[in-house]
Amino acid sequence: MTIRPRAADTLVIGGGLVGAAVGWGLASRGETVTVLDEGDQALRASCGNFGLVWVQSKGDGMHDYARWTRSSADIWPEFSERLKEDTGISTGYHKPGGMHLCLSEQDLEKTRALCNRMHNVNGAQGYGSEILDRKQVADMLPGIGPDVVGGSFGRHDGHASPLKLLMGLHAGIKARGSHYVSGAAVDKIERDGGGYSVTTAKGVYRAGKLVLAAGHGNSAFGPLVGLDIPLRPEKGQILVTERVAPFLSMPTHVVRQTEEGSILIGDSHEDTGFSTLSTTPIMSQIASRAARFFPLLKNLRVVRSWGAVRVLSPDGYPIYQQSETHPGVFSVNCHSGVTLAGAHAMLLAPMISAGQLAPEFEAFSARRFHGQTH
Amino acid sequence: MTRQFDVAVIGAGPAGLAAATEAAQSGLSVALLDEQQAPGGQIYRGIETASAARLKLLGADYAEGRPLVEKFRASGAEYMPGSLVWNVTIDKVVEFSRDGASSRIRADAIIVATGALERPCPLPGWTLPGVTTAGALQILLKASGIVQEDAVLTGSGPLLWLLASQMVDAGVPPRAIVETVPNGRLLQALPHLPKALWQRSYLFKGLSMVRKVRRAGVLIYRNATGVAVEGATFATALNFTAGGKPHRIETRTIALHQGVVPNQQVTRLLRCDHVWDSSQHCFRPVIDAYGATSADGVYVAGDGAGIGGAKAAAIQGQIVAIGLALRAGRGNGERLAHLHSALAKEASVRPFLETLYAPAPQILSPADDTLVCRCEEITAGSIREAVRLGAPGPNQVKSFLRAGMGPCQGRVCGLAVSAIIGEERGETPDDVGYYRIRPPLKPLLLSEIANFATSDAQEHATE
Amino acid sequence: MVRRIETIGNEVIFSFEGQPVTARAGDSVAAALTAVGISHLRDSVVSGAARGVYCMMGACFDCLVEVNGVPNRQACMTEVRHGLDVRRQSGGVEVRS
Repeated sequence: MTIRPRAADTLVIGGGLVGAAVGWGLASRGETVTVLDEGDQALRASCGNFGLVWVQSKGDGMHDYARWTRSSADIWPEFSERLKEDTGISTGYHKPGGMHLCLSEQDLEKTRALCNRMHNVNGAQGYGSEILDRKQVADMLPGIGPDVVGGSFGRHDGHASPLKLLMGLHAGIKARGSHYVSGAAVDKIERDGGGYSVTTAKGVYRAGKLVLAAGHGNSAFGPLVGLDIPLRPEKGQILVTERVAPFLSMPTHVVRQTEEGSILIGDSHEDTGFSTLSTTPIMSQIASRAARFFPLLKNLRVVRSWGAVRVLSPDGYPIYQQSETHPGVFSVNCHSGVTLAGAHAMLLAPMISAGQLAPEFEAFSARRFHGQTH
Repeated sequence: MTRQFDVAVIGAGPAGLAAATEAAQSGLSVALLDEQQAPGGQIYRGIETASAARLKLLGADYAEGRPLVEKFRASGAEYMPGSLVWNVTIDKVVEFSRDGASSRIRADAIIVATGALERPCPLPGWTLPGVTTAGALQILLKASGIVQEDAVLTGSGPLLWLLASQMVDAGVPPRAIVETVPNGRLLQALPHLPKALWQRSYLFKGLSMVRKVRRAGVLIYRNATGVAVEGATFATALNFTAGGKPHRIETRTIALHQGVVPNQQVTRLLRCDHVWDSSQHCFRPVIDAYGATSADGVYVAGDGAGIGGAKAAAIQGQIVAIGLALRAGRGNGERLAHLHSALAKEASVRPFLETLYAPAPQILSPADDTLVCRCEEITAGSIREAVRLGAPGPNQVKSFLRAGMGPCQGRVCGLAVSAIIGEERGETPDDVGYYRIRPPLKPLLLSEIANFATSDAQEHATE
Repeated sequence: MVRRIETIGNEVIFSFEGQPVTARAGDSVAAALTAVGISHLRDSVVSGAARGVYCMMGACFDCLVEVNGVPNRQACMTEVRHGLDVRRQSGGVEVRS
């Protein structure tokens, strides 16, 4: 390839779910976008995403996040439809509602308390989940095991294929005449006239605006553009079974069936740095817990495992921030790349395109961590 | 408690058997794990149970497996047959399934002797029942004494001729050999001939196999292109072009072969460095003269380190084991010089064979509508489309398309997928890379993984 | 069609799709079915296309069959036993106990 799309309206650093959603969102508003990505071995959280579009438990403790998540879930159907119009690729989005399953009375009480708090967060708009007893859960999910005491059902929850979503976004970027460049690990970010130039392994790219969507890379790139983005890695592992006939009518928080028929079983929260290795003690724990939720899973063969590193801020909520010192530079971080894809493409991208985040986004700024010890 | 060994050997083919025997004889404690129920690997499959008649039919090269197995049986190495190794960790814990339950052992050194796989042969109709690898027909013959009539063997490589001559000896010659070796390959290979003469016995053996197959009346087609299998619920015919004319041979048994390639699953799982071998058209792990990989304490012997054949594999197994013994202060290296020169002699015929029998262009660059990933039914065209979206390598392609996500975990399609990506991007296979491999190495019941949460596992988790 | 070059090993009778199949002790299910001319072992879970033995060495997972009610067993890695009930698979297997 000798032609490099060096000049663009906006450069997006990072081609995972976050960068690609923002990139497609900008491109579909008529911007020329270049998405700069690493290579095939990139530490890509998107490829470890479980695929939930999940509302019921999000934002306890940060109401802005709850609202943002709801907006994204609300706009997902339109987002998915538009992406399909652009590319012919279906994200496999379904909204049958979602279930959080509880294995003890104590867990059920905690879930009930969360549910009540979320009702306060969400007000009377009907976004909250409802607590179900064992029988009610069993009516909706006949395969549950004897240890399941109840659960919470959120009718605004759903799921999609993170992998098809990512492919669709990349295809959408291309369909809109914008560019995705792999193997373009970033070396340098510099001011260039009124815009920025970014030096990568694939050459130098220039644009008026710059979006950092590089996951953990944002911590390193931030200081180059006047941003301090504190992040920590958290490993998650997932087991994937062979394809089976339809078994689950809706996703649960740790077990879901994909459109293809595989059962995905999550997950773990491990403080093991940037390692993405699959480890058998954790795989065993994940398997035994899944068998308590759905005993029939015991008879399925596990075909694959995943390990990926979540991108977490100190409080676990997203970071959206524009640089004060570097106009037109935005930083985007979250660990819910699927749930928030709709909002990123349809709501955040227009703000970035206009060069200004809405005032209420101050709540998502990393300034909330400054002055704290983290 | 997790049992501890000096050496864990994975695979009971010639490399694994020789390595385990040598290591045990030098006083090291050795465990040899193998998925099969009997030793020999694929090359010496059924070697302990083969009748005199079958031994005679399969030839002297096959019979060489007998003493190898006998020495191993007497060596004192612990043999764990029927053990499916499904995970190996960088701290040298080997986790395996036997009789439906999993256990683990630890070792100071691991010798990966998992041998070779058939190179993927994506061509139209290659998933139809009745189409197998040439290796599959040979396994049927070795392990069960079964030969199919009217078989058509197609592709490239010495194994096609060996199999055909064994079938002739069994009284059931194949109907035809459809060779995909392009004209001019012999000319390209000629510069390697002088070196190959160091191993002229291989060349003579080859020529006599070809003569035997011809005399048996087997139809032989050279320089075939456009090879395609016809059929609906099973193969009914093989179509191809040869000598400027289209041909159609009716048959229900078609065997494909384009040479064999290292089985990379364990070395990829351990994230060892690999390199593209442009002569063998495959990846192989990077090793030193003693078989050491880039992963500490992990060694490879045999075809898994690069294709060299059964005799070379056994020599490599010995070399690796002697190296380990020396490091443990046992034995001496007296035989090393001899073994290294024997290995070099074995290798002398390879460049000639590799050039002559390099995979067919049709196979390396399948047509857009040809299935490449058999499990998930992904075509070459869709892989090229994913590359045009910017996918830099096989892991992104896997995410986009599910290629390599099925039960074979990419064993069959991996090399073909990397090659297609490389061609489409104009990059070398080294740049493109390979699938990331994770446990379980083969599908495993969830209950077995769940039951594996032993106290030892907890101890391991907190390390 | 298919020949055995020798008949050693005891006869073992199992069933495929309810029909009796005579094999020899030591055969894999895949070898025994090949020996009686049966090549179509399953319909793919993706498109429903017919599949059978490919590699015969446990690598390709194309010869998956149901054995005594347990789905997705590799026919080439399963030794025949008297009375084994082997069935052709079609599509995604049911999740069941």
